Amino acid sequence: MGKISRIAGSLVEAEGMRGSMMYELVKIGEDRLIGEVIKLVGDTASIQVYEDTTGLTPGEPVDLTGRSLSVELGPGVLKSIYDGVQRPLDLIKDKVGDFITRGVVVSSIDKVRKWDFVPKVKVGDMLSAGDIIGEVKETEVITNRIMVPHRVSGIVEHIEDGRFNVTETVCVLKDDKGKEHDIMGMQVWPVRRPRPFKRKLECNIPLISGQRIFDTFFPLAKGGTAAIPGGFGTGKTVSQHQLAKWVDAEVIIYVGCGERGNEMTEVLDEFPHLEDPKTKLPLMERTCLIANTSNMPVAAREASVYTGITLAEYYRDMGYNTALMADSTSRWAEAMREISGRLEEMPGEEGYPAYLASRLAEFYERSGRVVTLGSEDRFGSISVIGAVSPPGGDFSEPVTQNTLRVTHVFWALDAKLADRRHFPSINWLTSYSLYLDELTGWFKKEVAEDWFEMRVEAMTILQKESELMEIVQLVGPDALPERERIILDVARMIREDFLQQNAFHDVDTYCSLEKQYKMLSAIRSFYAGAVTALDAGMDPAKISRLGVVDRIAKMKYVPEDKFDEEFKGIIKDIDQFKERTGD
Amino acid sequence: MVVKEYTSVVEVSGPLMIVDNVRNISYGEVVEIETAGGERKTGQVLDAMTDKAVVQVFEGTTGLDTKNTKARFLGETMKISVSVDMLGRIFDGAGRPIDGKSEIIPEDRRNIEGYPMNPASRDFPKEFIQTGVSAIDGMNTLVRGQKLPIFSAAGLPHNDLAAQIARQVKVPGKEGDFAIVFAAMGITSGEYHFFRSEFEKTGALERIVSFINLADDPTIERIITPRLALTTAEFLAYEKGMDILVILTDLTNYCEALREVSAAREEVPGRRGYPGYLYTDLSMSYERAGRIKGKPGSITQIPILTMPGDDITHPIPDLTGYITEGQIVLSRQLHMKEIFPPIDVLPCLSRLMNQGIGKGRTREDHRDVSNQMYAVYSEGRDLRDLVAVVGEEALTERDLKFLEFAERFESEFINQGSADDRTIEDTLTLGWDLLSVLPERDLKRIDPKFIKAYYNK
Repeated sequence: MGKISRIAGSLVEAEGMRGSMMYELVKIGEDRLIGEVIKLVGDTASIQVYEDTTGLTPGEPVDLTGRSLSVELGPGVLKSIYDGVQRPLDLIKDKVGDFITRGVVVSSIDKVRKWDFVPKVKVGDMLSAGDIIGEVKETEVITNRIMVPHRVSGIVEHIEDGRFNVTETVCVLKDDKGKEHDIMGMQVWPVRRPRPFKRKLECNIPLISGQRIFDTFFPLAKGGTAAIPGGFGTGKTVSQHQLAKWVDAEVIIYVGCGERGNEMTEVLDEFPHLEDPKTKLPLMERTCLIANTSNMPVAAREASVYTGITLAEYYRDMGYNTALMADSTSRWAEAMREISGRLEEMPGEEGYPAYLASRLAEFYERSGRVVTLGSEDRFGSISVIGAVSPPGGDFSEPVTQNTLRVTHVFWALDAKLADRRHFPSINWLTSYSLYLDELTGWFKKEVAEDWFEMRVEAMTILQKESELMEIVQLVGPDALPERERIILDVARMIREDFLQQNAFHDVDTYCSLEKQYKMLSAIRSFYAGAVTALDAGMDPAKISRLGVVDRIAKMKYVPEDKFDEEFKGIIKDIDQFKERTGD
Repeated sequence: MVVKEYTSVVEVSGPLMIVDNVRNISYGEVVEIETAGGERKTGQVLDAMTDKAVVQVFEGTTGLDTKNTKARFLGETMKISVSVDMLGRIFDGAGRPIDGKSEIIPEDRRNIEGYPMNPASRDFPKEFIQTGVSAIDGMNTLVRGQKLPIFSAAGLPHNDLAAQIARQVKVPGKEGDFAIVFAAMGITSGEYHFFRSEFEKTGALERIVSFINLADDPTIERIITPRLALTTAEFLAYEKGMDILVILTDLTNYCEALREVSAAREEVPGRRGYPGYLYTDLSMSYERAGRIKGKPGSITQIPILTMPGDDITHPIPDLTGYITEGQIVLSRQLHMKEIFPPIDVLPCLSRLMNQGIGKGRTREDHRDVSNQMYAVYSEGRDLRDLVAVVGEEALTERDLKFLEFAERFESEFINQGSADDRTIEDTLTLGWDLLSVLPERDLKRIDPKFIKAYYNK
């Protein structure tokens, strides 16, 4: 047992700590606050504390727990709302009321609730780590597959069938040394250690989000990584919410890391009512939320992203596609900076610790599409989408730059677009996706043969527009040749009628790939039609006033089931005006 | 609670005092300091070690010495006595009455840091608050329980706007006015008198609790002023069920006080010398806005800050914007044009607007009208830049309409003067008046059924 020797903010130093391990979990003071050892010098340990340290006094005891900061993995994780160190917020509320006080001890997953366990193995089966011994229906949409824990293998001695809680033994394995291992519904895993898998795979299946700018222009792969940097008010959080709502992953882990309380409440209110477009069940059935708001202790913010990714790895290991949204990784980096500053470490850029880059890289590298452990090959993935909040919206700052080095998709939010209420305010000229080459095959097969060409064509028009706008700024639009004025019109159409998407509109909030493809095809046909009409001598002003232009503008609001008809109608309109000008 | 007295002050530097040979001092403990001359000061432990404590002194360290100064450690963290009788009273930045009346009789004593509200207990703010200012109500709606700062700059009329909001604020259709908790940090006495007389004019002084730290009051005291104000607000809102509007001004002075302490502690600075924990520190105040499920009261915050050099990327407005639910930005250009309030709506935002408006809250067409005005005004502004280069002749007929809209939007919609209290109906009607300048086909963001109902009516 050690003793507190100093308290400064979220950092506590303790003496008499010889024998404690780096990253060991400790209990501090009379209130038994949770902390983690982050530095050891001889007898003295520096501890980051996950709770408010006000009122702690030197001399109070520090107890070692012998384990590192870990999460409990088992049925009951989904639909939960945790703080940064996996304490369920609703249980905290039941215990201490509306404000989070200190030293609250609550169980991470429900140990009492009984689950129907359906065995999938029989006595005598030879199992290795990662093999599935049985299943539990965790929520309406997700079946929890109970796995043999890491480093355990052997022959099934005994297997249960029936109702059990997560700490009751459901299976006994006897390994080759004759030792028996009890397996239960719950596993414990240290958050800072990635869960093992067999091997990583190429990321060649897209993670569909129903957001046009993401899916069509800058797609993310299942198992991929994306960064959304943007100044305040550019729509990071709305984008993250949209992704959490609509991406076609089976399990979503949403980490609200040092952000606004009201925003977390919005998610908490909204998700149980929103319907998954595929299963028609509430989105909450597949979601776990980690809410560590900005005014909650800073060290727990540092832990929250690790807690989140470990939960994601757990479901990946069962063979699910999972997606983790972290909003915002800058707050995590700032927590590191704050703690590093208190440790009086030599700072790197802008006061951030020198290990910022390696921590970010380690975190993002826990993503990927993998073959999981187990005798039979299962495939699972974790896609990580990290929001970044650069100070002053300046992307040259260290967190953004170090994040871009390790993520493959860059969705650049642009304050200018946000100012004019162009949402999602993703800049189409500076964003990129490095998965395009790997994903083109899939899109060609599943959406349309010409998907890639169409995307390139649209991008070219937008690129051309930005060049033309520079000229317009100097000489006015009248000076442009007619053909180029058509380009401006079509570019505007792509921007306003395709890229802009209203997250708050019932229909427009989600757009299927088929509809995305058809919308862009319609614009492309219009462009071809307009060029033909122009060549036939039609006045460009008249072209931009055609009825079909309005129809294109409104197509995003046409529901999916009526869209095919609308699309045909638009194409017919375009053909008609082409024919008329041909006369 | 054991009071321990020491005379072992070994170092005084800047706002800090180090006391040696102490025992069992808690982190965050309050210290009462008595100088050789008998003057009393208050401090708080910032760093507690086995035998040493670093104390920040709120009233400045003038008069402290390393021989006779007594430091009494009170064995408790910083607390404030709260009571419903605080309404109508004026306190200094450290919570002592300065209106000549007696001390209040406390109903409760509360820790001024408060505790973070459990996100699972929060009730999502979605009730429209009418401020009577079109640029806010129409374009960046405030809702009950929101924190919406005013980003201003030296020489701009942010105080007039804040006073106007305080005067006009109401939840339409709901009885009972807002009570106001007003916290001044380092404002000039001139500014303070302005607020005083504004509040007096409305005859609403008995609904206001003021905490006043003026420019010539102790700098470090400013660090606790907003905490006192918000602790009082939490008591009134969640214990007494009142709707509270908290006005904090000027956050820039508060942040500078923090920087001063951080520099004195020789901490590794973040941007522009501000401490790396500025974000966390600010959030501890801002996040105290909100509503709790099942409780009637609410805390709505309007912090005011002046952007040094009109720079919105300066760490203070920048970090604020990352925590608050939007921002109201004042513009020097509009102020020069004699437009009041000089709110530049383009960089403004209210994140909670979407839930607070629409059918049953304001009016069904509100969102579309606001979006449409944003789109047209921003295009109009771009065109204004273009006209400066190529002249109006180069513009198409459509462009000219947009330009006209932008002009009228500024001079009629934004510009309303400080006496005009517009209802949301007035604001939306005016919006439609202006939009009717444009042909129907350019109103792409408005649902056709609203165009039918309101366009050119």
